[in-house]
Amino acid sequence: MSGAMRRWACAIVLCALAASSGAALAQPIVVRDDRGIDVALAAPPQRIVSLLPSLTESVCALDACARLVGVDRFSNWPGSVRALPQLGGLEDAQVERVVALKPDLVLAAPSARAIERFEQLGLKVLVLESRDRADVKRTLNTLARVLGAAAQAAAVWSRIERDERLAVERVPAHWRGRHVYFEVDATPYAAGASSFIGETLAQLGLVNIVPNELGPFPKLNPEFVVRAQPDLVIAQHTNLAEMPRRPGWTGLRALRSGSTCGFEPAAYELLIRPGPRMGEAAQSLAACLAALPAPAGARR
Amino acid sequence: MRTPDQQRRSRLGTRLAALSLVLLAAGLAAGSDGWSMRELWEMLQHGDAALIVGQIRAPRTLGAWLAGALLGLSGAVAQGLFRNPLADPYLLGSASGASLAVVLVLAASSLTGHGIALATAGAVARLGLVGAAFAGALLGISLTLVLARGAEQTTRLLLAGVVVGVLLGAASDLVTSAAPDALRGKQAFMLGSTGFLSWSACAVLAAGLLIALPPAWRLARALDALTLGEDAARSLGLSLARLRAALVGALALAIGVAVSQTGLIAFVGLVSPHLVRRFAPAPHGYTVLASAATGGTLLLAADVLARSLIAPQEVPVGVLTALLGGAYLLWLLHRRRIA
Repeated sequence: MSGAMRRWACAIVLCALAASSGAALAQPIVVRDDRGIDVALAAPPQRIVSLLPSLTESVCALDACARLVGVDRFSNWPGSVRALPQLGGLEDAQVERVVALKPDLVLAAPSARAIERFEQLGLKVLVLESRDRADVKRTLNTLARVLGAAAQAAAVWSRIERDERLAVERVPAHWRGRHVYFEVDATPYAAGASSFIGETLAQLGLVNIVPNELGPFPKLNPEFVVRAQPDLVIAQHTNLAEMPRRPGWTGLRALRSGSTCGFEPAAYELLIRPGPRMGEAAQSLAACLAALPAPAGARR
Repeated sequence: MRTPDQQRRSRLGTRLAALSLVLLAAGLAAGSDGWSMRELWEMLQHGDAALIVGQIRAPRTLGAWLAGALLGLSGAVAQGLFRNPLADPYLLGSASGASLAVVLVLAASSLTGHGIALATAGAVARLGLVGAAFAGALLGISLTLVLARGAEQTTRLLLAGVVVGVLLGAASDLVTSAAPDALRGKQAFMLGSTGFLSWSACAVLAAGLLIALPPAWRLARALDALTLGEDAARSLGLSLARLRAALVGALALAIGVAVSQTGLIAFVGLVSPHLVRRFAPAPHGYTVLASAATGGTLLLAADVLARSLIAPQEVPVGVLTALLGGAYLLWLLHRRRIA
């Protein structure tokens, strides 16, 4: 087939597609998901299964909580979703129960193993992943278009931005430019500057001891943290309580002076979920900073 | 005049000692900035040395050697005891027992939250991960011994070990499926880590080695007799049951202490006796001692590598030992040199 002929064929197919969609009652919704696949829906979905907490939260923030018919086992906000059937996690989604719920859309992260199986069984799967702030905005927009509530996304986003602004204003001046260590796991894994959490910390004017080039969640040599002498340590309460028992960590000035933010599991989840509550997360960090005594001495 | 075998043995001994010393120095120099003697020197002259080198690098380096020595020791004892060069010190249920205990501790809070009343959960959580891992390892081995009705029959013991491993493994999988929060902690434990070894951990490891090494060394003659077969060993007047019980005791102690401080570090126990047999075939007394030294050297080398390969990030040390040890075993198999 020559190039010209191929272009003609394409044009004809496009015309036919345009004609058929024009003939349909409702305009079909087509969105490109994070796999690069175009997902087409005849109408805004009314029975949604969400297999990721941040997506569950986004759906609810877009006022579509009532359309959720099932969630994964980690989704716990808002409280109403706890009453929904829990369908396992990323790696062990309960395929049969999901299918039995007859969802017209399944929301999942790219790592969900069951995605292929769901599609074989004829379910529509929209794969979305938020790794950073820009992703959260994009995910909100995509979801809002799918839900037929495109205008809502802007409202949710401006609420996030307002919360973040308030948080930034609340951070005492003596904390700006101070160095921070955010521990994700006691092994120790840290949240680096390039992670979503790192972005929030940077917004609040803090400097991450884990530089960009180490990636979002590097497993560090514990010695690195002691040598970096962060002015502030943020972690889960349980990990924070155990830090002084790690060899050499009593030498951390931040631990000795109590410049630490420890979070209970529920409050900690708020910090690590890239979703519509990230403004609240910034507020919660700012509240901790405001309550702390001023760090001693100038930064070296 | 010494025989060639004796010469090879003393050569291996001196090499291991020299290599250990070099690695101990490297362990002090390898930090979160990578590998640098000059930086170590600068730090020794400034104030940070007591904290960074004295409290972090030194105990970590020594602890890695000691833990490796315990693993090498138990590997040599296990392979002699089972008369099987592929016997692993984790085989007697210690690994699965320890990981079940660790998972129980991690899951205790969420399990009680789920309403499954584990009467022991609070007590277990208080014991802490280290105590739990040690108790779990010993419990796993005791369970194996009970199932095998003592250490008398090798095959029975081996089978019991496999069964206990499967059962306890399934139990810990069950716990993690009820409390998925424990999964990450379990994985960290399964990979093993030398990152948080302190002086007190070193003391525990050294005590374990001091208690387990002498009986293992002295009873090694029984292992030599065993290589002739059980009947021949019995005809030499050895009380096999008692000897085996004592050796299993030393094995359990060594592996329990090592696992409690570092988690499950793969392959060091399996590979060390192979290395010793390859470079200096000898009676078990020597093999046990040299395997301990080899294990220490291996784990310390892996630890130094884990710290410096992508500093300041770390490769989990268990992944490195499994990779290096596995590659070595493959090469041995390829060369058909397995004893």
